[in-house]
Amino acid sequence: MAQESKVQKEAKNQRYQEYVKQVTPTHPLPVNMLKAFVTGGVICTIGQAILDFAENSYGLDPDAAGAWCSMTLVFLSVLLTGLNIYPLAADWGGAGALVPITGFANSVAAPAIEFQKEGQVFGIGCKIFTIAGPVILYGIFTSWLLGIAYWAARSFGWI
Amino acid sequence: MAEAIGAQSIQFSQPPYILSSASVVGTKEGEGPLGELFDVVGADDKFGEESWEEAESTLQKEAATLAFGKADLAKEDVRYIFGGDLLGQNIATTFGLMELGIPLFGLYGACSTAGEALILASMAVAGGYADNVLAVTSSHFASAEKQFRFPLEYANQRPLSSTWTVTGSGAFVLGAKRGNVRVAGATPGKAVDYGVKDSMNMGAAMAPAACDTIYRNLVDFGRKPEDYDKIVTGDLGTVGREILLGLLKEKGFDISDVHMDCGIEIYDSKEQNTNAGGSGCGCSAVTLSAAILPKLEHGAYRRVLFVPTGALLSTVSFNEGQSVPGIAHGVVLEYAGE
Repeated sequence: MAQESKVQKEAKNQRYQEYVKQVTPTHPLPVNMLKAFVTGGVICTIGQAILDFAENSYGLDPDAAGAWCSMTLVFLSVLLTGLNIYPLAADWGGAGALVPITGFANSVAAPAIEFQKEGQVFGIGCKIFTIAGPVILYGIFTSWLLGIAYWAARSFGWI
Repeated sequence: MAEAIGAQSIQFSQPPYILSSASVVGTKEGEGPLGELFDVVGADDKFGEESWEEAESTLQKEAATLAFGKADLAKEDVRYIFGGDLLGQNIATTFGLMELGIPLFGLYGACSTAGEALILASMAVAGGYADNVLAVTSSHFASAEKQFRFPLEYANQRPLSSTWTVTGSGAFVLGAKRGNVRVAGATPGKAVDYGVKDSMNMGAAMAPAACDTIYRNLVDFGRKPEDYDKIVTGDLGTVGREILLGLLKEKGFDISDVHMDCGIEIYDSKEQNTNAGGSGCGCSAVTLSAAILPKLEHGAYRRVLFVPTGALLSTVSFNEGQSVPGIAHGVVLEYAGE
């Protein structure tokens, strides 16, 4: 049997992948967006309620109220992750559950629970940021870059 | 002695027999359409162990022990074990079967390992190297997710083409003594790569390999699809099944009437939220043991081609941008009663 050339093979793979794309079902985008909107909206409304409660009932200033709001949402997310309820919200609501701070909390809590069996150091210690790590690293890196840009712009008197 | 036929197949002139089999599964599989057929459904998916990996080891040990009992054999009567799982360095197999004290061949063929184990076990018996051997494979949803994807509690949305790893282990005792089901032949498969890079669409990655092995089997044995009562693939799921039928049609074989996929059978995809179906090297093994072998034993099926399919990826190869090659091993099972 003659070996197919590299070009022939690539063409065959290309054809196959187009065919695969045709037959592979995907989540319908408008429905998904609507579900994400509802889920994210509910989470943010809860956040707003906590914020209002902290400001109005406890008389906290906006900064302190904001901190309490974040902490409460993170705590609720970690609790619901431990009870295995948060993944259900994400299964239904997609990015609506992933993008708010609660999604970030989930991505740290989940590895902590899973890798506990591998020990405090090599399990939880090494693996707790396996999902959130890139966000933290590149988040800090990007803010550092922006900081330099800001500093340069001020030094040159542009802003 | 066994005979090599065609380009890559084997026809045993003294075929080994499947003397017994056993299936042990988790709760979700127990709630599925085949639930009542399995030998043991675990009360919880930890099977009384501390970790998911130990739970999977226990699955294998339970399945093996149960299969020995059904064949009326003591473990001393079994000469070799051919076993495998999906975890790195085959830890579920090693830690599960170590206590049995039987010489062990640890195998890795991703989800096709059930086929690989059955073929090698058959060759050992047909070649006269052993009277009785065991073929056993397992997978566990939680240990597989942890190794290949995300921690269980991590919130993400699974694509519709994704499959759900079966928690279960299937064990098969093969021997030279006459039984009701014989392994008449086999078509070991090649690793086939069509450049699929989506690890959440394993059906598409494996369908070309399944097509290649089934095509080779039909040509090598000079058979038509109708010569089989069933052609059973391992875990292509709904997406992979559609592609397989299409690919084989292009090559001139229409298997749509006789095709069945263990991954589609094992779950109710709508009710159980499993998307394209089940997967894992426990999927094909427990379905063969619980749903297919009983029909072969009573002659309801006369001849079945069992083709477990595997996606040969690791998180390293995936992260380094490699595609996902597939592999499929064909095992010809025949009714041998009368």
